[in-house]
Amino acid sequence: MEGPQDLGGKMGFGPISPEPETEEPLFHAAWEPRVLGVTLCCGALGYWSLDGMRHARESLPPATYLSASYYQIWAYALENMLIANGELSEEELRLGRMRAPGRAQSKKLPAAKVPTVLRTGGPTLRETGAEPGFAVGDRVRTRNMHPDGHTRLPSYARDKTGTITARHGCHVLPDSNAHGRGEQPEWLYTVNFDGRTLWGDDGDPNVTVSIDAWESYLDHAE
Amino acid sequence: MSADHDHPHGHDHSHENAYDPMTARVRALETILVEKGLVDPAAVDAIVETYESRVGPQNGARVVAKAWVDPDYRAWLEEDATAAINSLDISGRQAEHMNAVFNTPETHNVVVCTLCSCYPWAVLGLPPVWYKSPPYRSRVVMKPREVLAEFGLVLPAETTIRVWDSTSEQRYLVVPMRPAGADHMSEDELAALVTRNSMIGTGLPKTPGAV
Repeated sequence: MEGPQDLGGKMGFGPISPEPETEEPLFHAAWEPRVLGVTLCCGALGYWSLDGMRHARESLPPATYLSASYYQIWAYALENMLIANGELSEEELRLGRMRAPGRAQSKKLPAAKVPTVLRTGGPTLRETGAEPGFAVGDRVRTRNMHPDGHTRLPSYARDKTGTITARHGCHVLPDSNAHGRGEQPEWLYTVNFDGRTLWGDDGDPNVTVSIDAWESYLDHAE
Repeated sequence: MSADHDHPHGHDHSHENAYDPMTARVRALETILVEKGLVDPAAVDAIVETYESRVGPQNGARVVAKAWVDPDYRAWLEEDATAAINSLDISGRQAEHMNAVFNTPETHNVVVCTLCSCYPWAVLGLPPVWYKSPPYRSRVVMKPREVLAEFGLVLPAETTIRVWDSTSEQRYLVVPMRPAGADHMSEDELAALVTRNSMIGTGLPKTPGAV
């Protein structure tokens, strides 16, 4: 979806004002690390995939998304996902106390399992036996698509011609997985575009931009 | 939590007034989830502690320093970055599938995630605020040379800039060039030259005299 998250090439956000690397704290408020930890714990309950949670974040109202900090976006999306899955109610949030016990208690992540969970992560590579449709060096054109749901093809890189520079095996397709429609793994490629292809005469001729694109995002090009 | 208790002393304040709205909101959420038996607060503590003290850019710095001193390791990193990085006991969440990209005198690499904030957590730790913010995500794919200048990294017009938009589970580590004057240094000393921003591509390593 072309929601507020689809930021590549958008204008008006002003210059970068990075905090000096040596002075930047890991967190900027005491509630931020709690949001990080609670979100990861709730992921273990099994209601959603990481793709699904990304979609919940990008589905926040644009004005909310663009005015919220990163961990605010996480907190709002987590509340919405817990409510959507029947593990939390608006009333509970308003009261600040439980009205009904959790349903997925058996999946609660115990502290002892945290090191293993973080070290394992969630690999998305899948063996499918599917033949790849493209080879390194192939010219490809990204599809002109505007799905309502989650996708990893940014709008600035749609309907553009580039070159495959790497193949990464078959990976879980976020466009499907985010919506509970299964992993549907597809070949994943790095596609490299010239700056002028993406941005016309406003592009820097000495810049290239790569994206990682699933097979169903691509067609052969001359 | 006592927001609904009686107030015989004649006022209607909330006992959460001491907290700013986000603090109150997140405290309420965590409290409810713990009461419900869905979240173990000790697990939250363990997650936070991991990223506060064990997983950070020092991991990536070890990878870069090793690539600087060991040509075989560098070749492995180029061929299969995930395996080469895992061999240093660095692995896990948000770095399951890694790619290393190498700066040269002609080409500078820089990493972004325009669609969210994909970043190699296990290798570089949690991303900095600017990496997650609209000004960086919107502009670095279109005007990377200007953006890098705002970080103090001024590249000549003839240097090619390769921008890697991490639009998927592939995560990127920039391997900067080894700084001049560092020929005599050990791997550990070299790792101390490697800044986080140099591994994202918005900076360069420190020079030996500046450590």
